[in-house]
Amino acid sequence: MTDRVYLSMDAAARSVGADDIASALSRAGCELVTTGSRGMLWLEPMVEVERDGVRHGFGPLTPDDAAGLAAMDFPDTHAKALGPVEALPWMQAQSRLIFARCGLIDPLDPDMFEAEGGLNGLKTALALQPDAIIDTLTRSGLRGRGGAGFPAGIKLRTAAAQPGPVKYICANADEGDSGTFADRMLMEGDPGQLIAGIIIAGRAIGAETGYIYLRSEYPDAIRIVSKALDIWRAQGWLGENILGSGQRFDIHLRRGAGSYVCGEESAMLESLEGKRGQVRAKPPIPAISGLFGKPTIINNVLTLASMPWILEHGGDAYAARGHDHSTGTQAFQLAGNIAQGGLLELDFGISLKRLVEEFGGGTLSGRPLRAAQLGGPLGAYIRADRLDVAMDYESLAAHGAMLGHGGIVVFDDTVDMAAQAEFAMAFCAEESCGKCTPCRIGAVRGRETLAKIRQGEDVSANLDLVEDLCTLMSDASLCAMGGLTPMPVMSAIREFPEDFKPRAEASAADRVD
Amino acid sequence: MSHHGDGIAEICTHHRDEPSALIEILHDVQARFGHVSDEAAREIAARLNITRADIHGVRSFYHDFTTVPTEPVRIKLCRAEACQAVGSEQLATALEARGIETETVYCLGNCALGPAAMIQQRLIGRASVDSLERARAEALDD
Repeated sequence: MTDRVYLSMDAAARSVGADDIASALSRAGCELVTTGSRGMLWLEPMVEVERDGVRHGFGPLTPDDAAGLAAMDFPDTHAKALGPVEALPWMQAQSRLIFARCGLIDPLDPDMFEAEGGLNGLKTALALQPDAIIDTLTRSGLRGRGGAGFPAGIKLRTAAAQPGPVKYICANADEGDSGTFADRMLMEGDPGQLIAGIIIAGRAIGAETGYIYLRSEYPDAIRIVSKALDIWRAQGWLGENILGSGQRFDIHLRRGAGSYVCGEESAMLESLEGKRGQVRAKPPIPAISGLFGKPTIINNVLTLASMPWILEHGGDAYAARGHDHSTGTQAFQLAGNIAQGGLLELDFGISLKRLVEEFGGGTLSGRPLRAAQLGGPLGAYIRADRLDVAMDYESLAAHGAMLGHGGIVVFDDTVDMAAQAEFAMAFCAEESCGKCTPCRIGAVRGRETLAKIRQGEDVSANLDLVEDLCTLMSDASLCAMGGLTPMPVMSAIREFPEDFKPRAEASAADRVD
Repeated sequence: MSHHGDGIAEICTHHRDEPSALIEILHDVQARFGHVSDEAAREIAARLNITRADIHGVRSFYHDFTTVPTEPVRIKLCRAEACQAVGSEQLATALEARGIETETVYCLGNCALGPAAMIQQRLIGRASVDSLERARAEALDD
């Protein structure tokens, strides 16, 4: 007899019909537990049924499948049966430290969270002195997961050393990079992991207030995190006297408003202060003078969410994973034209080729893979024959690429790389905050020049001009928006020169899209 | 008498007339009145003790805020790289050919199930002309 039916109801699952599955199962009389996603997005909508303590998966389902399965008591012989979920190769391969409970628990059930060890890291931290927390995090080698990869321990130590009673923790949940959805998945599947991480960071530096800056494009995450904060306060896990420890900390949720550049930390601070999201010049760094001029730690959602695991298991256990100076795990997100898209949390160092071919199953269209863009709209394009690169900070930097927030966007052979280069400039022109000239004007000129190249106008002279412009933007922009836009542009030009040929030469090989 | 009745005052009070909450206030005004009018901007400025220029600067910086009323049901279509890789540009052209207007957004966080769109906060994956027309009709019915 079936006990409970678990249904993934995060935004991605709902986007392909999980609500209809929920209705069908409810009509069939199933006792439904809604969870986040396991990250196997090509299998959504997916349900899991618990038998003898083992969860068996079924997906991707139509409402008819769901009704039929419920009527037959979810037989393992059904065409959509996947078998025990945790035995699937996708799940087996992973080291799910941050995403351990994502897809497993109801994100808004505090009992399930606690029963699955959700409070362990926080309890350890509350029993430690701030210095000891920072030591543990420093020893772990944890680096910022937003893209810059700055060592988390050093940042915390800097903020902790600042005098004064008022300091802040800001969780950067403005996940604007195309190809990334890890923050969303975690916030919708296990928001407690993030909340615990923010409190730990707060205790480490002596802050009592935190902010979560969450993009408005994520309404489901906003709803779930907001409810989770209420639940935490009601549980006594957040507020005046956290878990009876005497520690005080509260967290405010703030919505973004559709600006990509607000994912840049100093623009985010401006936005949190109610202003235009314009980048600040550094120094001072935010750890010394950040939100409202006070010492502020700004970390990505996944950086903060890594802290509870590190506190629970120790810095050495975390540092034992990964590769070189890229310790621990990284959430890799397979996106774009990919047969099996989704999220995998793995130790650093896996090859891009394995990720895309073995886990991703190649392109969705079935056509040959031509390019993969790593690390979002400011990341490099990699050619299909150069995918054999280890996914860690150092190896990618040596390849002129970057990990960014761990997104991998796959393109098949219909992609026009000159169009992608022009888009990179157009995106920068659209989203530039306007503060510095290289980015504000450079992106507009870059877009115009690439449009000329695409029309076959003075191709070689205009390519020289684009290269010049890219050098200037990289060297002179105030932040990564203008500073890294040259990365996709120049990688497209260098790696795919055939797409930038003058019209006469290219016409023979013209592709039709 | 204001077109907004006590709406603006209520929203500002809810956020304690705090200037740092300006973006939250503008979100609430946009959601309730469909736009942030100059009149609303004046009232907010008075409540928060900031200038109308400050409000104009913020309102015009962020894509989420508009100065004129928007269609109640809008299709936000993702045109960023991951959705381009699965045909968002072709989808945009096909929608345009059917006379269906879309608003461009960059990334809805559904990059493994693109093309992605959003209608009234409802995320739609593997979007097609048919699925978007259906979803829009459902949203208009609500």
